[in-house]
Amino acid sequence: MMPTTVAPSGQVGRSVPRLEAVAKVTGRAEYVHHMRLPRMLMGKIVRSTVAHGRLKNIDLVEALKVPGVHRIVTRDDIVKVVPHPYYGPAFHDQPILAIDKVRYVGEPVAVVLASDPHVAEQAAQLVVVDYEELPAVFDEVEAADSLVVVHDELKPAGTFPDLKHLHGVRDTNIALDFRLSRGNPDKAFAEADHLFEHTFRTQQVLHVPLEPYVSIAETNGLSMTIHTASQSPSFVRLEIARLLGWPENRVRVQVPFLGGGFGGKLYIKLEALVAALALIVMRPVKIALPMEEQFYTLTKHASTFRIKSAVSKDGRVTARECEIWWNGGAYADIGPRVSQKSGFTAPGPYDIDNVKIASYALYTNLPPAGALRGFGIPQLVWAYESHSDLIARALGIDPLAFRRKNLLRNGRPQATGTVVQDMGADACLERVAALMQWDSPFDRGASPVRRGRGIAIGFKASISPTTSVAVVNVSADGSCTLYCGTVDMGQGSDTALAQIVAEVLNIPAETVRVVHSDTDVTPYDMATLGSRSTFHMGHAVKFAAEDARQKLEALAAEVGLPPGSNQPTRELFLRKYKMQAGNVIGMGSFIPPYTSPDHYTGQSDNITPFWMVGATGVELEVDTETGHIRILKMINVADVGRSINPRIVETQLSGAAIMQLGFTTTEKMEFEAGQVTNASLADYKIPGFLDLPATIINEVIDSHQHNGPFGAKGVGESGTFGVSPAIANAIEDAVGVRITSLPITPEAVYLAVRASRSGTIEN
Amino acid sequence: MQFALREAGRSRIEMHIRKKTIHFQLNGELVSAEVASHQNLIELLQNQFDLFGARESCGQGLCGCCTVLVDDRSVSGCLYLASFVDGTSVQTVEGLADGQKLDPVQEAFIETGAFQCGFCTPGFLLMTKQLLDAHPDPNDDQICHYLSGNLCRCASYPEIIRAVKLAASKREKLSS
Repeated sequence: MMPTTVAPSGQVGRSVPRLEAVAKVTGRAEYVHHMRLPRMLMGKIVRSTVAHGRLKNIDLVEALKVPGVHRIVTRDDIVKVVPHPYYGPAFHDQPILAIDKVRYVGEPVAVVLASDPHVAEQAAQLVVVDYEELPAVFDEVEAADSLVVVHDELKPAGTFPDLKHLHGVRDTNIALDFRLSRGNPDKAFAEADHLFEHTFRTQQVLHVPLEPYVSIAETNGLSMTIHTASQSPSFVRLEIARLLGWPENRVRVQVPFLGGGFGGKLYIKLEALVAALALIVMRPVKIALPMEEQFYTLTKHASTFRIKSAVSKDGRVTARECEIWWNGGAYADIGPRVSQKSGFTAPGPYDIDNVKIASYALYTNLPPAGALRGFGIPQLVWAYESHSDLIARALGIDPLAFRRKNLLRNGRPQATGTVVQDMGADACLERVAALMQWDSPFDRGASPVRRGRGIAIGFKASISPTTSVAVVNVSADGSCTLYCGTVDMGQGSDTALAQIVAEVLNIPAETVRVVHSDTDVTPYDMATLGSRSTFHMGHAVKFAAEDARQKLEALAAEVGLPPGSNQPTRELFLRKYKMQAGNVIGMGSFIPPYTSPDHYTGQSDNITPFWMVGATGVELEVDTETGHIRILKMINVADVGRSINPRIVETQLSGAAIMQLGFTTTEKMEFEAGQVTNASLADYKIPGFLDLPATIINEVIDSHQHNGPFGAKGVGESGTFGVSPAIANAIEDAVGVRITSLPITPEAVYLAVRASRSGTIEN
Repeated sequence: MQFALREAGRSRIEMHIRKKTIHFQLNGELVSAEVASHQNLIELLQNQFDLFGARESCGQGLCGCCTVLVDDRSVSGCLYLASFVDGTSVQTVEGLADGQKLDPVQEAFIETGAFQCGFCTPGFLLMTKQLLDAHPDPNDDQICHYLSGNLCRCASYPEIIRAVKLAASKREKLSS
């Protein structure tokens, strides 16, 4: 409590227990899920039953007869309060409720409002909607030149300069085509000793936060408060204000803890809908999705990645061509950014002089896709690291040696031309190899259970340029409060950011109070996404704390204390105000430098403020009689810079890797004519206790990010990068078959093993 | 923190539904409630007692977020009809601590960092208590098997295994 007298050692780098730990183990942590307001109505969404169609008549007669229904809202009501009801971070393409067309099965068409959620649910089933069905397109590669067009015209939001050229473009499903070229790939391919070309696919999966999407809006007609489980409160405020034509200061967004987010609870999900509903009925409105409806809200891009490499006799990759199709579903969400921001890393963490990339964001008639723990990176690593092993095996080179030979090292240019700094790809790779004892003899098992091992390494640039602002308030008793918009969805940001304040002000981190997002109180933050908070908000918080410290020093001088007099903070306030009164407020704001990539070549001299690296090694068993795999050991090593809180960092790495294990082995949204057919945890299998690797080891390398706050950078996604290809590589090592599509099910492995032994097999 | 529950939020059933008065022990206190035949235990706890530690997530009894102990047996509150608790003793996560003194299981979860977002945590705590009542010194296999009905999307599973073992040793020390 007394910054100038107490000297706790090392607040940064200490495994401080989460500040909210007691609240979470006593069931008292606050989630929007629990919140109720006086006179609140519950909304139940009526969703489209067709993948693509013109919206004709909506018949409410039977539904309105259900006792207790307050009102049923459709497009006609929405446009009265929001004349142009289209939202989205990259494109203004998503209507609050379907207007003229529906573009995927599950798209919101109407909302039943009632005090009792059971009443709303019953009535929603009685709403009859007529559609004129249109042909639909589902596959991302087909969508690129399909005659079926999901949106007649592209409507970029204007937020991003590199989307401006798409304004008004008609009759295409390509929402963004990002291109990069470096060197002379055509020449290098023509002169290559060896050529390798493969195509890899990933499936559509989803976030499944155990607290499903939930938002509440209340309004008096002049101002609006939205309580929402959102990772991006500042964006919600901006976008709701834009939709309503109001200034920002009439919209207040409050976010307590999130029961998981993983990139799903970004931008606008239910917020625009509840805001419009609250204005229509002038009562608070809450929509809390059941688990099933998460499957109709936001997903992770399915993808197809064609990768081609020119390789010299001695195993050097001399050129690489990458073509990626991202299945963005019916609305762009942040998909075009995924296509670009991940797209430029598609050749992998390798030093390749000649590169060509085309990365396409595509509209299809599936539920929209956006960010999911990696912002497209896991899809890319799946392809380029499977490709790495295929090349190494074909050339008879050890997979580790092949990677060592080609790895992108500090001081060398990445595909964008940005010279890489503080990227520990080599250290991560070497640490995984050491922990796996790669050079030691390996027991390959005996028929029918064979053993294999695999490694993979991926990297990611931070999403740039983005802004964070923070305020540190020192009260007259010396206690500190941090106001910042970073949302703690389980990643431990409250604790890590409190540690940064504590380090600067020399107080115990446990005594810092963190005020959660409330846009009336907490300053702007771009969003909690892309592992950006520790670096960006970490800087803003550090600056704010330093500003407060300087002001405290000035206050000490003002009340006549010599420098370094070491008086308790409360004494400074007492001397100035003659009682316990006043505040010292420190402010910090941060945006890193950045150079936008050239539109034609994708080149930039500063594409990111920092690079993240994640490497994974896997040892597994394959039962050749059943196709089942059992993971004996999983090793995850990441470069996170300096760990602010080592225990939370390890938990993040471990959790990310286990989550990716689900995306690798069991999780897949199944569709029939655009309809999800497994929208429940009974049929969509996320990892549980019985799916854990027998041994899991998570480590960070010794690292210091030169421009990071206290040497730190992001960690939330890095554990996901290498998992999928490390498993596929280990399977090939064990049984000699290559799986090129996710998920790697026992059926897929069994069929591949049978095919490799007997030629073909009837499916 | 200006986020607060501003109203108890009684659910107003506006349809004509037969209700029944039930009496039960809730975290050691004798209580009674009017319940409709379709109401589940989570709705009862949240709407009439403002207890939010048990929460519905998957709605199918598969994730364990809604775990509640009824007569010391875990049930999925989202599938368990409220009227079934008539005459029973119900324990929720809110009843685990003794005032401000945390239960050893709660302490162990904090000390091992066995949660992230915390949404599933109350269910894990109650299942762990039940596990340790049945098996005071469980091994890894017993833990994984016993807790396999609870899901954690943040995947803090390795930490939870450590928490269970730490809780076992804490309880052992307390009883000896």
